[in-house]
Amino acid sequence: MRIPILKLNEYLLITIQVDLDDKTALQFQEDLLEKIHETGAKGVVIDLTSVDMIDSFIAKVLGDVVRMSNLMGARVVLTGIQPAVAITLIDLGIMMKNVPTALDLEQGLEKLQQELGG
Amino acid sequence: MNIQSCVEVRNEWDIVKARQSGRNIAKELGFGTVDQARITTAISELARNIYLYAGKGEVTIERTEAGSKLGLKIIAADSGPGIKDIRRVMEDGFTTSGGLGAGLPGVKRLMDEFTIDSKENEGTNITAIKWLR
Repeated sequence: MRIPILKLNEYLLITIQVDLDDKTALQFQEDLLEKIHETGAKGVVIDLTSVDMIDSFIAKVLGDVVRMSNLMGARVVLTGIQPAVAITLIDLGIMMKNVPTALDLEQGLEKLQQELGG
Repeated sequence: MNIQSCVEVRNEWDIVKARQSGRNIAKELGFGTVDQARITTAISELARNIYLYAGKGEVTIERTEAGSKLGLKIIAADSGPGIKDIRRVMEDGFTTSGGLGAGLPGVKRLMDEFTIDSKENEGTNITAIKWLR
């Protein structure tokens, strides 16, 4: 299974709509970095509105892909984290420190625009 | 009413299978979205522990009752290497996998009851319950 990555001007948009298994999550990590390299994208929004569970593994993969993208020079914002998901992550003890987030796709794009000074 | 599901955990896909059947049962029992997320996340962590440390095992999810209380019980069992020092793995921040799992203290916080039974070289048996409020 592959997660589609859409390009919009200098941004990449991803909306995760499947129950992520470990392999799909790792494949996505690679695909996204490859796509950043290929397109020269400056900003990425990963929308998690349809994700109803994030366990420690998926949290690690998402946190890592944010840091990896930063290394390549692209900013990433996670958007749409559901209330139940936020509660569970904190219960689990996962704080997702230094990972930029926004309420929804719209605010995520705004955040990127501000950060990139555009 | 007898609701029960048993998922054998042998590969990464089985982790998804276990949490999906957990979510279905949680929904059926009437748990709200937040507790559904807690239950599926706990199952995911326990199933991953089995896959990572024991290679194979099984996760059983069933309805449980105590007096007038109704709940969902998760039993994660394997015949793997077992846990040497249970007290230590129940400390926050303890890891042997380089931080891959949030660990058992996280699972304990997600659920209402949590018991662990493990013998070195014999296996591990973890039971966790979430009560319906």
